[in-house]
Amino acid sequence: MKLIGLIVVIATGLLLLWGVTDFPDWADPQSPASTHLSPHFLTESIEETAVPNVVTSVLGDYRGFDTMLETTVVFAAGIAVYTLLRRSRRKDLREKPEMIEEELPHQALIVKTICRLMAPFMQLYALYVIAHGHHSPGGGFQGGVILGASFILLAIGFDLKMVLKRMREKTTLVLGILGVLIFSGIGMVCVLLEKNFLDYSALSAILPATDIIMARSHGILGVEIGVALAVMANLVLIYVNLSSDGKYERGL
Amino acid sequence: MEFLLAKYNYWFYILIMMVGFYAMISKNNLVKKMIGVSIFQAAIILFYVSIGAKRGATIPIIEHGHDAVHHIDPTAYINPLPHVLMLTAIVVSVSTLGVALALISKIYAKYGTIEEDEINEQLTDV
Repeated sequence: MKLIGLIVVIATGLLLLWGVTDFPDWADPQSPASTHLSPHFLTESIEETAVPNVVTSVLGDYRGFDTMLETTVVFAAGIAVYTLLRRSRRKDLREKPEMIEEELPHQALIVKTICRLMAPFMQLYALYVIAHGHHSPGGGFQGGVILGASFILLAIGFDLKMVLKRMREKTTLVLGILGVLIFSGIGMVCVLLEKNFLDYSALSAILPATDIIMARSHGILGVEIGVALAVMANLVLIYVNLSSDGKYERGL
Repeated sequence: MEFLLAKYNYWFYILIMMVGFYAMISKNNLVKKMIGVSIFQAAIILFYVSIGAKRGATIPIIEHGHDAVHHIDPTAYINPLPHVLMLTAIVVSVSTLGVALALISKIYAKYGTIEEDEINEQLTDV
């Protein structure tokens, strides 16, 4: 079995190596990937959407459908982990590790203090990454992951109960749903304003003092906030359920 | 030699991908299989991001002032498209890994093992 696997892997590798001979050289400015669609994004992004960070404008505007469905995938994964692990009544064949006695408070004092000090700064930085994604590297996905990581850091440094007290299960679920709803809701508002789904230029009719171009910039910001909420809530949901096996008792 | 150096990003991506692929098809332990899937995904991400590189170009954030925008040279900025695709793919790969681990946890609860052949034995016995 292992030998067959090795043969298949090496055959695949050789096929790929053979295919690579036709590929463009590394960092070639004239490679096919860089000469068809991407020059349009690079030259028109500022004029069409007023967003200098082209990655953000492509993510939120030009490829809005893709991003919306990726957010939905993250949400669906969070819900899948939740339904698989939470409150199962099936019999359990696992060998349970022995519970370790709660350590004395002074033993983890340094870890706890540093985690407590780090968390607010991480969350502040995450908000900066989300809000400043138009002008610097950042955006909804990155900021959402940093926000989720701040909660996971607290769950590791303290225990799961401390996080669940601040970020209840219901809140996490509602935030995850709200994130996807914000994204698709902004798309629906565009339809109600008689433009295409996710065509943010329609938003200039309801946002004060915005022309068509700035409306697209603001639309991207709204969408990024939705993405950040969904990613943060679902990462926390996945971590909390996986680390405590859906029982929400102690965690790692 | 010139040929090897000109396309070195592809050699590394194929090497990493073969490691992940081997773990996916020949490891018996389900968690090790998932580690293989993650290595495979890392190889694909490396491949996409390396496609976006351009020699002498900078990150795709357009330099601009408050006045009218001057002419923008597309060769001065790297290709943003692979970055957008991989940005979403990384987050999605983390969440799908979570789903896989939850499934493995449930399999362990039902069969008492995560070795594939032992699960197969239990399935054929019944």
